[in-house]
Amino acid sequence: MGAGHAHKLYKHANSPVHALPAHCKLAAVFCFVVLIVATPREAVWAFGAYAVLLAAVAAASRVPPRHLLTRMAIEVPFVAFAVLLPFVAEGERITVWGLSLSESGLWGAWNVLAKGTLGVAASVLLASTTGLNELLLGLARLRMPSLLCQIATFMVRYADVISDEMRRMRTARLSRGFEARGPRHWGVLAKSAGSLFIRSYERGERVHLAMLSRGYTGTMPPALGDGPAARTQWARSAALPLAALAICLLGWTL
Amino acid sequence: MDSVTSTDTDTTATETSEAAPSLEVRGLAYAYPDGHQALFGVDLTVPRGQRVALLGPNGAGKTTLVLHLNGILTPGAGAVTVAGLRAERPNLAEIRRRVGIVFQDPDDQLFMPTVREDVAFGPAAAGLRGAELEARVHEALERVGMAEHADRAPHHLSFGQRRRVAVATVLAGRPEILVLDEPSSNLDPAARRELADLIRSLDLTVLMVTHDLPYALELCPRSVVLSDGVLVADGNTQELLSDAELMRAHRLELPFGFDPRSVTVPVA
Repeated sequence: MGAGHAHKLYKHANSPVHALPAHCKLAAVFCFVVLIVATPREAVWAFGAYAVLLAAVAAASRVPPRHLLTRMAIEVPFVAFAVLLPFVAEGERITVWGLSLSESGLWGAWNVLAKGTLGVAASVLLASTTGLNELLLGLARLRMPSLLCQIATFMVRYADVISDEMRRMRTARLSRGFEARGPRHWGVLAKSAGSLFIRSYERGERVHLAMLSRGYTGTMPPALGDGPAARTQWARSAALPLAALAICLLGWTL
Repeated sequence: MDSVTSTDTDTTATETSEAAPSLEVRGLAYAYPDGHQALFGVDLTVPRGQRVALLGPNGAGKTTLVLHLNGILTPGAGAVTVAGLRAERPNLAEIRRRVGIVFQDPDDQLFMPTVREDVAFGPAAAGLRGAELEARVHEALERVGMAEHADRAPHHLSFGQRRRVAVATVLAGRPEILVLDEPSSNLDPAARRELADLIRSLDLTVLMVTHDLPYALELCPRSVVLSDGVLVADGNTQELLSDAELMRAHRLELPFGFDPRSVTVPVA
């Protein structure tokens, strides 16, 4: 925990994908995912084509496939849900290997699995090639409401501080011979959580004071660094969603 | 009040508007909304370029006084003037630029994702943009020796480095007076010495709130003692710390074996 917390997903490399501005990449991934979701599930080949597109971007980004695949494990709970679908869904049933499965359930499972996996893969790829701070700046550039940006920025900044505090409290508990072994000890944990909340709340007040002292009036000053993205950068970022658009349209017409 | 002004002579040459002192507090009184009165008529004048230590036991009202200096708290009576400008509502933005407060916990002070953005926050809030802003940030970080860490996240720095960046965040606003709240707390001896070197190198008016009496002696030719909401002493730091009766009366204690009379105070 601690230091690496905010950077677990990011994988530094010098690649054309890393070099693109965060807001271009965000917009591209968002459009890409929307197009995937809009593709009819019966167009099985289209999802294969999307996967090829993503693999091409991943190769260009020079992020090791292992890095991407392990981080895609976050999808597992949804996969479990998808696997259940053929068993519980209504409708016509077919028999596969002696199991009676619902046909619409199978299509539903495929739908969740294919679209979910592609969406997660695209997001993991985005997070692996874009630093957390850049992502926040990107969201701000895409005109996400300033208040939401501020909340996200502070969350990123203070997640480590608070988890550090949590670890120190745990160490203090252990040093005094306390170890949570069962429900009877939940009270102590709840009190720890409560005091962590109060400490964080008080820290929030102190941070606000420090912000006021430096001239904060309710809006964050605009970000430092490079201005709007160049047209070529937008064009390069648009390659992925445009290819996906073609596939999606073909998926509907074929 | 016999203020010792050993440092303001060397700044007179560089500053042009000599008229107003950096900080002037007149008859400042304040009671918290719950009725607890923290300050009972405080008078304090800090000439430009002077470094002053604000000493006093816990609960003496030091923090309350500091929060008045940049208008976070509004005086119940009396007034605060910073380089001739009253700390009042219409002037608050300028007052907060002129008074650079470095808070005790750098994790409270550094709230942006990277060092560079944090240092840029104050000047950017004041309307600075683009290359001018970049230059200001670089200059401030250069002065505290942290320029090569500009793109790092604050929580990846050592405590001493974070404290130095916290100083840079207020230096970036080019303040009239630097207010340091317990600057030496939680620092190891080397970081403590580095910070002292830094403060000495700044050539700024400084008000330093501290319990670290040797540090006050090292850095501030003049000290004032705040006790129970009133200033009870104001004078040469060495003489003040040597006054055993005064020290005892206001719960000020020197570290074991430390004799302020035996120390040769560095020339500021």
